[in-house]
Order: sequence, then structure tokens, then C-alpha cells
Amino acid sequence: MISKGKTDQVTINLDGNDVEVPAGMNLVDAVALHGKEIPHYCYHPQLSVAGNCRMCLIEMGTPMRDRGTGEAIVEEDGSPKIGWVPKPVIGCGTNVSPGMHVKTESDLVTDCREGIMEFLLVNHPLDCPICDQAGECRLQEFATDYGRGYSRYKERKNVKPKRTRLGPRVTLDDERCILCSRCIRFSQEVAKDDVLGFVDRGSFSTLTCFPGKELANNYSLNTVDICPVGALTSTDFRFKMRVWFLKETMSICAESSAGCNTLVSSREGVIHRITPRRNDAVNDSWMTDSGRALYKRIDSDDRLKFPLVDQEKSSLEDALAASISLLKDKRVGIVGSCKSTVEEQYLLNRLAKETKAKKYLRGHFGEDDGILLSADRTPNLRGALITGLASSYPKENLNLLGQALKKGQLDTLIVVGEDLMDAKVDAELLSDIQIIYLGTHENATSTLAQVVIPTLTPFEKSGSFVNRSFFLQGFKQAVPGLAGLLPDISILVRLINELNGEAELSSDLSAVWKMMARSSTSPLKGLSFSDFKKDGIELDGSKWDELPFVEQKALHYEPTAELTTD
Amino acid sequence: MITKNSPKEHRIILKYADDPNYSNRLGCYLREGGYEMLRKALKMKPEEIGEEVLKSGVRGRGGAGFPAGMKWKFLDRKSGKPIYLICNADESEPGTFKDRQIMHKDPHQLIEGMMIAAYAIQAKQAFIYIRAEFFEGARILERAIAEAKEKGFCGEKILGSDYSCDLVVHRGAGAYICGEETGLIESLEGKRPNPRIKPPFFPAVLGLYQCPTIVNNVETLCNVKHVLEMGGDEFAKIGKPNNTGTRIWCVSGQVKKPGYYEFECGALTLGEMIFDVCGGLLPGRSLKAVIPGGSSAKILRADERFVGKHKDGTDFDWGIEDIPLDFDGPMAAGSMSGSGGIIVMDDTVDIVEAMANVNAFYAHESCGQCTPCREGCLWMKKITKRMCDGDAREEDPDMLLSIANQIEGRTICAFGEAAAWPTQSFIAKFRDEFVKKAKPSKRSKNSLQLI
Repeated sequence: MISKGKTDQVTINLDGNDVEVPAGMNLVDAVALHGKEIPHYCYHPQLSVAGNCRMCLIEMGTPMRDRGTGEAIVEEDGSPKIGWVPKPVIGCGTNVSPGMHVKTESDLVTDCREGIMEFLLVNHPLDCPICDQAGECRLQEFATDYGRGYSRYKERKNVKPKRTRLGPRVTLDDERCILCSRCIRFSQEVAKDDVLGFVDRGSFSTLTCFPGKELANNYSLNTVDICPVGALTSTDFRFKMRVWFLKETMSICAESSAGCNTLVSSREGVIHRITPRRNDAVNDSWMTDSGRALYKRIDSDDRLKFPLVDQEKSSLEDALAASISLLKDKRVGIVGSCKSTVEEQYLLNRLAKETKAKKYLRGHFGEDDGILLSADRTPNLRGALITGLASSYPKENLNLLGQALKKGQLDTLIVVGEDLMDAKVDAELLSDIQIIYLGTHENATSTLAQVVIPTLTPFEKSGSFVNRSFFLQGFKQAVPGLAGLLPDISILVRLINELNGEAELSSDLSAVWKMMARSSTSPLKGLSFSDFKKDGIELDGSKWDELPFVEQKALHYEPTAELTTD
Repeated sequence: MITKNSPKEHRIILKYADDPNYSNRLGCYLREGGYEMLRKALKMKPEEIGEEVLKSGVRGRGGAGFPAGMKWKFLDRKSGKPIYLICNADESEPGTFKDRQIMHKDPHQLIEGMMIAAYAIQAKQAFIYIRAEFFEGARILERAIAEAKEKGFCGEKILGSDYSCDLVVHRGAGAYICGEETGLIESLEGKRPNPRIKPPFFPAVLGLYQCPTIVNNVETLCNVKHVLEMGGDEFAKIGKPNNTGTRIWCVSGQVKKPGYYEFECGALTLGEMIFDVCGGLLPGRSLKAVIPGGSSAKILRADERFVGKHKDGTDFDWGIEDIPLDFDGPMAAGSMSGSGGIIVMDDTVDIVEAMANVNAFYAHESCGQCTPCREGCLWMKKITKRMCDGDAREEDPDMLLSIANQIEGRTICAFGEAAAWPTQSFIAKFRDEFVKKAKPSKRSKNSLQLI
């Protein structure tokens, strides 16, 4: 993550030790910097402070000052006299100030936590054996730390609705709800779709949608993520899988140029869910609902599962050989893709050089929601600019390609993922040329192609994307690709090596990066894949400031072009 | 300890309340010199009025007893945001019924007090937040405001001056928590009345619509008028130092003459109030306990001694009858004068049932926002209900005490204390009765577990 200038540090006394923390920081976060945890439920660093769970109660004091003179009062030994707040205070409602004293481990604090834990559990159903949240439940975690181990509660528990449909993707179990209001605040503050609220009073308070409304916005599943307990559940994931069986892979959402950081959860090569991964410079802790569904395309009916030559099933070797013969000494055109990774775009550009090909690129644009679904519906348009695959800002059509075809300037076309007819290229113009199609799914163009080489989805390969803010972000392979298929970069490297015997490229990711980082004019200069495995790197995109980027002002994104036109 | 000379009421606020020739209409109020103080106030500098109120030492009558003048001083006047004045007429503390009398019988006194206060703090808009159940009070106030507006006592350019301040009545929807000032503000904003966290939401800085706001009780605002009439120094001579002015006490429970009584602070003791003013207990009954300041105040047992030191260092050793009725007296006895609701219980009262009643109230009224109060209140209610239903257990008193201790001091608002104090004090003082409720176990401790 990029640090935006150094913030001022202040010294606070944490359980007897003086420690440095950024000035004004929320105490819960400040304490975490020093390896201590203040347990909490309602507090979320990216939402307003509600202070209602009371789990984060701590003892706090500040240096005393004389009311008249304003001078600091000191103890006999010269140390500042601390005025302790007589009651425990909530950590989440406290911002650090110089000289503040904090106790997070005192008997009173422990007693508070144990008390709150007991209260939270008295009306909480013992659903853990069937609860989806089990294994990643804050209530379970803190019950281990501060729970009594047995219940003093002999009365009847409250009964509430167990399966309320809040919206198309979210199901609510009200009995499990601890009324932390995170979901309500998220809906109001982030999704800007104020549909959730509490009805009834006291312990009978119940989360619900406002009459006539439902939680249907494209961010509804974030409420499930931030729910500290198993109250809000994903209707899709509900009862499907125990979370401790899931392998989590750091990934990047390929839905749009927002580049949400994600975690792909899979078991035995099958993806079960995608959740957002916190990145305060890109997506905070959020992602769209639509982005979470992308993995379902992995084994859809139209997925290309084996190579085709003349629309007949063939081996990969035969398909590659057929491709070479269609490329050698031919007038080649290449239709690249803004959905390809930086590495693939670099290699495709290299292939274009080897074949002296004309390059074409189209954009996929939609409506910008001003949050995390940007108008550019491809993850890596800026990667195409950086790698040189694109020399100008792509249009939504391929009219230039159409003109070239009309003039009979091309013999062979390599198409990566795009559907030419969808990009306004007349199908008749394609009848005289040979098409090599590289892509994950069948489309009208692939059915016309002489050679079809299936490629992998972002979940099945590693690579990197450059998002709308020029953040270069890497992602790792989450699940194995389909049997017999190779990663896109291997296919491209094979084609380049076959066409140019002296190229001798390696299809290893780090080797590709070594080549990419060699150019002294590229923003990628000197980088390697391991540099941005975890957090992204902000690249210098000022070179392209004048381009008409379609994205609008959104979460962590300020359009540059707009500034110049104003 | 019955005294021969029954203390005399000193009525300031309720001066005309029970006068058969007095009505709640404007004409009647003007006849008795009404709105003259507002006229006087508008010729003063606003800060001068604040000074007078500070000098008078008048303490808030809503329950906490915080000096009103001091509260006004905390107001953030530099923000440039509009300032709001809210009259807290939610009067929801069980055992309290004084504000209702004021609003029903002398609404113009409240309006005048409010407009003076509004001018003093330079409020842009004033509200009376009245509880839902006071529909008659709301009707009377609305009529009174209309009358006052017509004569220029509130609204645009009050009495021809440059100062304008509108006054509206806002009716609640029936919740105890709306009496808590930040909960009230949320409710007034049209939201669920969840009290706000302090810091940062101190009403004087971030109140209604995040603007500086003063919330005062009905009786407090009425006092503002009298402070101005007498002058702060004169007003401070009524009552005792730090306990200035009069207080309206609301006596309920098993006395012969329950009702509201206005006395100078400290002018009489609890004993005089019960046995003289209220005519004593019902025939053949003896005093068992008194809750001196509304249901959230700690209960006092009739036969306990209250021993301690005053702030000035002098010792005191009181029986329950000796507790002086002012702000500090009940406080010294370990309870509080709260909203002035004195609840008297005689020997026929089953203390566990009384506790069950109180707990049922707090469980019903907890807003449910923060954990300790939400879960603790209902839990305590369930236990005391069970005890009254014949299934009391030996461990119940300790259990109740433990729950109350887990609530007190750990909640967003003072409701936590309001709900915990009764339980803590009931158990501390009447543990024997709670223990008695538990049936002796018929099975031996050593017997095998039932299957």
C-alpha cells in the first residue's frame, strides 16, 4: 500500500509502556499496531462509530491540567498526573491524543468483556454446529477468550425469525443478530441505499428492511461479510461449505477497472465464494455482488474446453501448428483484449512485432456506479497502454478493423477473447480471412475461427492488472485450469518461439517480468512480480492523463481528464 | 417522628395551579402579570440573562440536577450554526407527574420561560418535546402557543424586537428513552431514539441536526422566568446553598394524600413530607421503604440509618424521616432526588414484586441499542418474573446483583444506571426477602441427578 505522506506520531501509554501511534487514530486501530487487540463487534474502520456493542470498553485517562492556568499537573516524581475517566470508555469512540494512558488488560476491562460476552450470548441460539459463520465468527472467537464456558442463563431465550429474505442474495437469521448495526451503517454510508433498520425495542429489537424495500443493491453481500456473527448470510453460499475447509487465494476482481482486492475461497479445485480483501487505497473492504458471481462462468456450458482446428476437436499441438502456418509470412492483424493480464498483453504485443501485425483493441463500457463498478468494464485497459498493446484509447467498436478488412489488408486475424460481430464488424468481411481465436468462452467469432485455442480465466492463472488509479495489482491462481489447457502466456510464448527461433522466451511469470522490467521508459521498469504480490504498486500514469478515460469519480478514484477540461 | 407544625408549601411554579379562578388561557396569565419578564428580558443583553441564571444556581429539574446556567455556558456559539432550544416534556420517569401539572394548568408560564431562555441562548428555533401520552397537554400547549403567537410573545419579531424564535410542539411516540436528551434529539430528528455516544455528541456542541442545542426540563425553564423576576441573587436565597429555589415533589404510593407539593429546597424532611404533608400512611400500616426520586433512584429502607459527612465536614446521622428534601439530601443518603418522584411503600408491599414491576418497566423501555442494557434488563425482568411466579431460586439475588453490576457504567446513556440502581439497592437492602422467596429444596444436595 502507498503511504500518503507521513502522519504525525504521538506517544501514548499503553498498559504501562510508552508507544508511538499516528495522531488522532482510532484507539482500536492504534492498539492493533502494537500487537494488542481490543475486541469489538460494532466498530468497523470504514464505517461511522456506533459504540453500541460495548465490547471494546477500556480504561482511559489523560494528563490533568489546572483549570485556571491550563498548566499540566504533575505527580511528586514529576510525571504527569493522569485523570482517569471514572467509568470504562469505549475504545472505538476514543481517538488517541498525546500523553493518553490506556489500560487494555486490567481486571475491570476483563470484567467488562466477560460481562458483555455473557450478555451477547444469553439470547444467542446455539446454532454453531449448523451456522455458516462458524469458524470465522467473532462471537465464537471472543467467547473463547472471554466466555464463561457454561451458561448462568436459566430463562427462556427470545425467539425471532430464522430465515428472513432481505433481498435476492441475503438471508437473515434474526436470532443470531447482535444488533451491532454494521449492516445498517454500511447501507447508509457506503452503498447509499438506506433500506435496513431495527424495529421493536430492547432485546426484542429485530433487523428488517423498511416496508416495501429490499436489500437488492449491488453491494448487498458486503453486509454478509461485515456481519460479525452468522445473522446475515449469503443465500448462495448458505449451508454449502464449512469455511475451515476453504483455501483462500489473494485475487483481483476482473469485473471492472476498479480492481477490487478479493479472496477466492476454494476447496479441491472448486470455487465456493469470493469475498473482498481490505485495501484502503482501492476498495476499502468492499466489492460488488456481481463481481462475486464471476467464478460461476468457470464451468458454464459455453466454456471452451479443448482446442479446435476447423471446428473439429484437436490436440493443443495440432492447434499450435495450424496457427503457425496461418501466421507465417501472412499479413496479420491482432485483436487484443483489455481483459488480458499485463503479462499477456506484453507478450501479445511482442507477438505483434514478430508478425508485424496491425493491433486492434476495443473497450467495454457500461454505467459507472460511483463506487466500485466503474464505467470501464475491463480490468486492465491501462495495462494495454503501459505494455504498448494500445497506442490510443480504445473505442467500443472495431471499426478500424472493419475498414482494414474491407480494403483486403489482412490474411490472418488473432482474436483474444473478443467477439468481432459484437464489436460492429460485418460477418461477411470475415469470410475471406483466417481467424485464430484465443479465449475462455465460445462466441460468434470462435465459431467462425479456423483455430480455437482455449485459455484460462483469471481464477485459473496468475498475473496482474492495472486498475483505474494505475495500481498494479497481482493475483494468484486459485484453482487448477481445465485438464490439457495451458496458461495464456505459455501459448503466446510458444507462438513467439515458433515464429522466431532466436526468441527463446520462457513462459515463467518471473521471466516475463524480467523482460518487461527491462525497458527504461516503461512504468514497469525495475519491478518484479513478487514486489506486488500482496499490495499493489501505484504506477506513474501521468503520461496518459490526457486520454478520455470513461471512469467517473468514485471510491478512491478521481478522474484526471475532467480536471483538465473544467 | 411527626412534627406538630406541618411545613407550609412555597409555591412559585405552581402558584396559580389550583386556583379555581385561574385558567390556562392567555387572558388569565396576562392578568397576573404574564409575559412582563419576557418584555424585560428582550431589553437585556442575552448574556446578562445567562449570568443571572448562573448566579441563581438553579439546577436542572429533570433528574440529573446539573446547574442550568453552566449547561448554557457549554453552548458552542462560535460554530456559526443555528442554536436550538428544546424543552424536555417527556416526563417519563415512573413516579413523576409535575411537568404535566405545569403544562395543563399554566402553559404560558412555560412558554414565557422558554422564550426568555431562547433569547438568552439566542436560539433560532425552540421545541417542546412532549410524550405521546400527554395528548391533552399537547393540545393545551398548542392552543397556548397560538395565543402567544397572536400577541407577539413568540414567533416573528417578538414584542417588536429584532429577535425571532418560533416554538413548536413535537409529540413523542411513547418511549421512556425519549426523555434522555440525546435520544430525544434523535427522536425529534425523526429517527429511532437511540441515545448518542458522548463524546462526541454533546448536545451543546453537536445536538439537534448536529447544531448546538440546549435541552432543559419543563420545571427548569419555568424557573428561568422567576430567576429573572427576582434576580439571580434573590433567587439563590430561596432554599439552601447549592439547592436553590423550590422543588415540586410528586408523592405516590401508600400515603393518605398522594399528590404534588412544591416546597423550598430543604424546607422539610422526608418524614415531614410523608407523615405531615401527605397525611401519613394508611391506617394500621407501617413504613417499609421509600424511593425518593423516581423509579431509577436507589430505594431507602425505613429502618436503616444514614451516616456520613456533609461536604462542609459536618457529620450527619439520619433515619429515613430525617432526610432533607433537596438535591443533596437524598444524594447523601446514597440515593438521589432525581425527578422528584417520591414512591412510598408500606409493609403490605412485597419487595420482590415491586422489583419485578420496576424490572418489567426497564426491560420494556430499553431501546436495545447497546448490549448490557438490552440483554441485562430483560434478563433481570425474566428472573424477577420467575421469582414472583413461584419458581425463585437461592442463587437469584446474587444473580440479579451480578447482572446489575455488569450493566452499571458500561452503557451509552444513563439508562444503564437507571435500570441497575434499583436492582442493586433492592438486593442490598432487602436481600432477606429475596432469599425467602426461594423455596427450600426438597431433594437432598447429595441425591443423584434426575434423568
